[in-house]
Amino acid sequence: MNPRPILLRGGRVIDPSQGIDDVRDVLLAEGAVVGIGREIAPPEGTEVLDVSGFVVAPGFIDLHVHLREPGGEHKETIATGARAAAAGGFAAVCAMPNTDPPIDDPASVGFVAAEGARVGAARVYPVGAVSVGLEGKRLTEIGEMVDAGAVAITDDGRPVWDAGLMRLALEYAQTFDIPVASHCEELALSRGGSMNEGIVSARLGLVGIPNAAEDVMIARDLMLAELTGGRLHVQHVSTRRGVEMIRAAKERGIAVTAEATPHHFTLTDEAVDQYRTDAKMNPPLRSAEDRDAVRQGVADGTLDVIATDHAPHHYDEKEQAFDEAPFGIVGLETAIGLTVTQLVETGVIDLRRMVERMSCAPARAFNLPGGTLRVGAPADVTVFDPAEEWVVDPNRFLSKSRNTPFAGWKLRGRAVYTIVGGRIIWKGRG
Amino acid sequence: MSVANPYLGKDLIGLEPLTAEQIRAILDTAEPFKEISERPIKKVPVLRGKTIVNLFFEPSTRTRISFEFAEKRLSADTVNVASAGSSVQKGETLVDTARNLEAMRIDMVVIRHSASGAAQFLADRIASNVINAGDGRHEHPTQALLDMLTIRDHFGRIEGVKVCIVGDILHSRVARSNIWGLKKLGAEVAVCGPRTLLPPGIHEFGVHVFRRVEEAIEWADVLNVLRLQLERMQAGFIPSLREYNRIFGITRERVERAPRDLLILHPGPMNRGVEIDSDVADGPHSVILNQVTNGVAVRMAVLYLLAGGAPEKAEAAKQGGGSE
Repeated sequence: MNPRPILLRGGRVIDPSQGIDDVRDVLLAEGAVVGIGREIAPPEGTEVLDVSGFVVAPGFIDLHVHLREPGGEHKETIATGARAAAAGGFAAVCAMPNTDPPIDDPASVGFVAAEGARVGAARVYPVGAVSVGLEGKRLTEIGEMVDAGAVAITDDGRPVWDAGLMRLALEYAQTFDIPVASHCEELALSRGGSMNEGIVSARLGLVGIPNAAEDVMIARDLMLAELTGGRLHVQHVSTRRGVEMIRAAKERGIAVTAEATPHHFTLTDEAVDQYRTDAKMNPPLRSAEDRDAVRQGVADGTLDVIATDHAPHHYDEKEQAFDEAPFGIVGLETAIGLTVTQLVETGVIDLRRMVERMSCAPARAFNLPGGTLRVGAPADVTVFDPAEEWVVDPNRFLSKSRNTPFAGWKLRGRAVYTIVGGRIIWKGRG
Repeated sequence: MSVANPYLGKDLIGLEPLTAEQIRAILDTAEPFKEISERPIKKVPVLRGKTIVNLFFEPSTRTRISFEFAEKRLSADTVNVASAGSSVQKGETLVDTARNLEAMRIDMVVIRHSASGAAQFLADRIASNVINAGDGRHEHPTQALLDMLTIRDHFGRIEGVKVCIVGDILHSRVARSNIWGLKKLGAEVAVCGPRTLLPPGIHEFGVHVFRRVEEAIEWADVLNVLRLQLERMQAGFIPSLREYNRIFGITRERVERAPRDLLILHPGPMNRGVEIDSDVADGPHSVILNQVTNGVAVRMAVLYLLAGGAPEKAEAAKQGGGSE
């Protein structure tokens, strides 16, 4: 806990949870928000930060990161990942369970939570596996994992291929009121594929993954969510039809939330040209039509949440022929810049919606503390400068990995302070 | 060490990035080199002192031998590395293999690899000239060049000739290179095969697509018949080889029903009785062995040009001048 209270003075406070978008002061003390208003007089001993010109928002939350520990510490650790998150303006991240061994029992959930707390950077919320060993055969001890700190379940990295098991997960998870997060991929349609199926894959001679591989699984999971009444969270939506089906499901009142990643709302499969393995991820970069549909989904709230799917890989692993390189890119330290540059500056969303998609909505989707600057809420705050211009230099990432297709990109928008529990865990140029 | 030459650039990765002029330069340069293989002493000093590594990560007989003859007839020093028994099989990565070759100060690498993009990958990382001898499903430029040379030998031109590539287009690097090269030189190009073996998006290549081989034969001047790999049946792309032969096989009956004299090409190795019947392969329309002969000349031309030779000097170089 910070020894001193913090007063964030003169920033543009954007807190959609309270309908605030105005110049205010925010006072943090004892790990909580204690005041929000005009010209708050700092109590004695307060650290006063002049944040005029910056946006002060409830702490950003990334629902989808791979921290690789245990088992993949050469790519990332909980410590390096949580610090990279802080540098990217995230006060909290949800760690996917596809580690080695996977996070599929209460002890391993407890390890992730404890290591996250020990590091003391961004909060680390463990997400447990749906199935033991991520094998898709039988349910994990979901209740015990929740008691140990799991905030959701998923077999991310792969789908829960057995529809019957997915049904059980959506039913059983209701006892604990947690969502089932789904990596929607019909393996029988995607097998062997390494990029989007289309003219670019045909030209490069790479095996394609058709949109239908994602769409049929989204359709299935939406039907199972409707059948069971369970809470479904669709991860990394990349297709036009996927967005449309989720929109229609929400209109029908199905309990579904969904993610968009910065890379899917920014790039298309043209980025794979020259066999760039830093543009290889799953789901793959799609067509311009799909990318535009994802943007529209973020704009109208069909895709509630912007999440990075931060997927670090070692240099050597990406330095291979395209087929052989692993899927995934890092995203924590470019998310704000890409969102401001690609969505806010282009008029797709305004800053208020950006805060909603990166803080309020993720908190609601996974029932997490935060997502608000209400008095009494945890003192998790993201202060960012939407006007700062900077050039992406992967060598300066705090993440252990550098696998990004955005190296050299000029972006606008960057975190200035990331505050967790009243403690400054990241200070940018400030 | 090699440098980019003014005619082709540093490498030959595929025909897609080349201009029509560059492709024509290779074909024109191949012409004088054809004669070398007809001499009693099949050797000229064009690449004397150059070292070339033939790096074959995938089994190949015809292409490897063709390259090797081309290199030897131009007096280069060559080393063959096959994946079996080499450090590649011991888990060495492609990038390490490349760096080690580089450290031995070689001039050129001819690479065959099962991964699409492998040739580009290598070319981006070493200063030596890289020649793609087939990468995954991507490109096999020298095969397409020898196909085009064979077509040009017969028709005296490529422009306006109607070429249909028949068979497994999806998995074929030969098909892709042929489509790019032929279209750049003004041929009309079509493909024909079961829909499961055509790449999604093939219509965007600017080719005609024939569902039935009879329609293709009705239209074409040239059929380039691709090998049907037996694994494709095991993977379920086609129900059986028997049915494939029935529906898509190039049989004598079908060829005889053609409205004009068809030219039959096949990149080999053939599955006789599957994609092509023996009486067609060995018949009067077939130029399959001409392709093999032209393969050596085309590869000589590529080696000569990448080593810095000028197309107009090929005739003189071959008389004993060496390359520049």
